[in-house]
Amino acid sequence: MIRYLADLLIYKLFGFEAGTRLGDSLHFFVYDTIKILFLLAIMIFFISLIRSYFPPERTKKILEKQPKFFGNVLASLLGVVTPFCSCSSVPIFIGFIESGVPLGMTFSFLITSPIVNQIALVMLYSLFGWQIATIYLLSGIFVGVIGGIIIETLHLENEVEEYVYQISIDKQEIEELNMQERIDFAKNEVKDIVSRIWKYVLIGIGIGAFIYGYAPEDLLTQYAGPGNPFAVLIAVILGIPLYANVVGVIPIVQSLLSKGVAIGTGLSFMMSITALSLPALIILRKVIKPKLLIIFVTVVALSIIGLGYLFNFLLI
Amino acid sequence: MKISIYGTGCKNCLNLAKNAKMAAEELGLDFEMEKVEDMTEIAKAGVMSTPALAIDGEIKAKGIVLSKEDIKDLLQ
Repeated sequence: MIRYLADLLIYKLFGFEAGTRLGDSLHFFVYDTIKILFLLAIMIFFISLIRSYFPPERTKKILEKQPKFFGNVLASLLGVVTPFCSCSSVPIFIGFIESGVPLGMTFSFLITSPIVNQIALVMLYSLFGWQIATIYLLSGIFVGVIGGIIIETLHLENEVEEYVYQISIDKQEIEELNMQERIDFAKNEVKDIVSRIWKYVLIGIGIGAFIYGYAPEDLLTQYAGPGNPFAVLIAVILGIPLYANVVGVIPIVQSLLSKGVAIGTGLSFMMSITALSLPALIILRKVIKPKLLIIFVTVVALSIIGLGYLFNFLLI
Repeated sequence: MKISIYGTGCKNCLNLAKNAKMAAEELGLDFEMEKVEDMTEIAKAGVMSTPALAIDGEIKAKGIVLSKEDIKDLLQ
């Protein structure tokens, strides 16, 4: 139906011709914009409804007494569904450590949570279908579990700033929301997220549409296709400083893929944007010492690079 | 009466502070407003999702920007 609407608007109403570069670019722009904003609004609502059941306080309670490995998997899964903005990561870190959640599980949670970004997930689903969205989800959980286990095994407890262990926290209560409050929460999330990201979506789709219509295929295949062994590495390094624009990057990646960029390279690029951002690292530095911060960045970056190569190898 | 807003200063925290101030003023309360922006202080208070609102030291809401009307209900 959305395709019909875009056809009507671009080809019939404005009279652009199908098959021409300009016509195809404009069609891509209109079709993607309507589809993505519509899907985002609906799916953020339902995802937020689920998330309202898992405030960080409850997540912490669940993780307090879990065995290793199983606890890491659970921590990663909860990282997907627990809502928090990056400015809460320090209070969450302190809260977890203070209540005795092991360092490795805390990191499984903290790694997966930004990697599996709910907005990125919706956009991947709407642009690439459920298979790619599932791959993204599962690999985000995988990176969190592996990262957490490595950090646990290295016994880095003394690389947490000492003051964290001295903090004692006032009594915490888990609020029980009623259904109306959950719906209000979900509605607010939709309003807040859509009003914050629509600009990036439009810019991203705009650039994506331009690439879709105009970029020469041979060039991209040559530099970022499956044939270039350094493509994944470069994608991850480029992705780290791009944090704020992840929602804009996905439509760009979509059209890059259509021009011959390999799928693993695209996924690694997206993950590096959300998993390792400079502002988040600066915030984390408040609670962990430089050595642990470097280990965290290295483990996450290597896992993402590894996944990129794996997917390029498997999905050609 | 003391109203405390916990948050690092992002937009949500500012909105919550604004709503709380309006609510208290409209009710004609004698109040003092405190903004807690230090992340360790936020954690110590038992807040893991910002923004949070406390009235006389008791946390009333976490991780949500309450509307002016909701805050009025809490203040009364």
